[in-house]
Amino acid sequence: MNLSVDIGKLKLNNPVMTASGTFGYGEEYSEFVDLDRLGAVVVKGLSLQPREGNPPPRIIETPAGMLNAIGLQNIGIGRFVKEKLPFLRRFGTKVIVNFFGDSIEEYSEAARRLSGEEGIHGLEMNISCPNKEAGWCIFGTDPRVTFEVVSAVRKVTDLTLIVKLSPNVTDIATMARAAEEAGADALSLINTITGMAIDAFTRKPKLGNITGGLSGPAVKPVALRMVWEVHKAVKVPIVGMGGIMNAQDAIEFFIAGATAVAVGTANFVKPAAIGDIINGIERFMTDNAVPDVKELIGSLIT
Amino acid sequence: MSRYFKAEITENISLNKDYSLLTFHPLTSSIDPGPGQFYMIGCVSDGGGSPESPAFKYVYDPLLKRPFSLFRRTDKGFQVLYRIRGKGTAIIRDMRKGAVVDVLGPLGNSYPMPPENKTALVVAGGLGIASVFYLAEKIAGSGGSAHIHYGARTETDLLMVEDLRTIAGTLNISTDDGSCGEQGCVTDMLGDFLAQNQTAAAAGVIYACGPHRMLEAVSVIAKERGIEAYISAEERMACGIGACLGCVIKTVNGYKRVCKEGPVFRAEEIVW
Repeated sequence: MNLSVDIGKLKLNNPVMTASGTFGYGEEYSEFVDLDRLGAVVVKGLSLQPREGNPPPRIIETPAGMLNAIGLQNIGIGRFVKEKLPFLRRFGTKVIVNFFGDSIEEYSEAARRLSGEEGIHGLEMNISCPNKEAGWCIFGTDPRVTFEVVSAVRKVTDLTLIVKLSPNVTDIATMARAAEEAGADALSLINTITGMAIDAFTRKPKLGNITGGLSGPAVKPVALRMVWEVHKAVKVPIVGMGGIMNAQDAIEFFIAGATAVAVGTANFVKPAAIGDIINGIERFMTDNAVPDVKELIGSLIT
Repeated sequence: MSRYFKAEITENISLNKDYSLLTFHPLTSSIDPGPGQFYMIGCVSDGGGSPESPAFKYVYDPLLKRPFSLFRRTDKGFQVLYRIRGKGTAIIRDMRKGAVVDVLGPLGNSYPMPPENKTALVVAGGLGIASVFYLAEKIAGSGGSAHIHYGARTETDLLMVEDLRTIAGTLNISTDDGSCGEQGCVTDMLGDFLAQNQTAAAAGVIYACGPHRMLEAVSVIAKERGIEAYISAEERMACGIGACLGCVIKTVNGYKRVCKEGPVFRAEEIVW
């Protein structure tokens, strides 16, 4: 049985990775999951300088999902390299670092700094986090700006560059093509869908930031549709995510066109979820006579 | 030994229409909890004692586990005291003896036990009693005794008072409406106690859990009198193990995670 897939220059032992922001820096989950078993670990999004994040409450559950407004809190690239990366280097699994910036210069500088570090195998560029001020959001919602920022980052790194797309756009295929033309090796989608929750009695928003990003099973149908649309629009591989809770969900993403998948909110629900999903994919392949996971990619029958 | 396990519900007693006491027994060996630590319990049960039930795989609403302070340990297992507030806790209330649930814990840090020459001054507001009971019990078990100040809105919000009496050195009760004990705030009661018991005040360590405003008042009293104080914080959380950064509280050293650096913090560390 063959589970290996290629994402850009990265050869993954299996097509299952963690979704950025849901797995800390790996260490938090190493008690529950064998990190060597994972296709890749995608760490919590980093910026050049540490970020404090949004005021609480930052989390609220909604039907079959959750809203979060963490606000990109992170320890900064410097501390990550010094304090967290040595732990991850102990494992054979691939390490993909998610990063973001407030300007094109910051994106480039962050990518440059990360590219020189031993133990970082790929970069995932967050152009889509919905939690920052509106002005910042345009990196992920205006295809011309997306092209510009991805091109700038492409110039400074030889690492596999994955661009994470926002679902909060009218036409995801246009965004995908802009990132591909700018030199992205792969695309990951979807990031969370902007939403909000209100307390009927107090008439106040339930999140400190008022709005947040929706994730979990509630977003899966939207994510599948967007993966399918992007698969038809680009040639680069897709990392599909959005509400994957079990192996069957993952298989559905492969069929829609994803080469790999990322598991996010499920980690919060069950800390051992990602290991169970990898085992479940193997079981599915055995039970359904699928010798190579690549056979599933984009195999939707219409 | 794992912090993630399946547990059987051995008892789920309704105390009144708003509160229940759940006892669960881990099906595999688990880690010994400390006072102040908490568990996250899934709102999905198999309904009747099957750890392999498909319910665990396919039921996603409610989604996240709910955090509950360890109330105490009995020979039937670990107990959590909870208020029925929403969908998740309503489902947990209806779980029957013999049902199996998903549990993560013990999580977070613990209250440090008072040094031998110090007296524990426990302050609980409402359901905050769930977090400090086990501490008071441990103190009683090690030959010490805690002065417990317990306040709630009304008599029906006072929980497990008889059990509390057996482990408390002294137990002072207050309610907002005067339906039981003194009428007024538990923090006023604490203030009066400290004014009348200078020795206890001088050699005291405060442990408090309750509503935000109560904890703030406790921290002011502690600061004025120079008493060491620990508070247990509460915040909405998703993962419980420090990954999601959802449950932060503002401290003098920036945001800290209630589930990881807490839930117990030194009172002076919190930005109220």
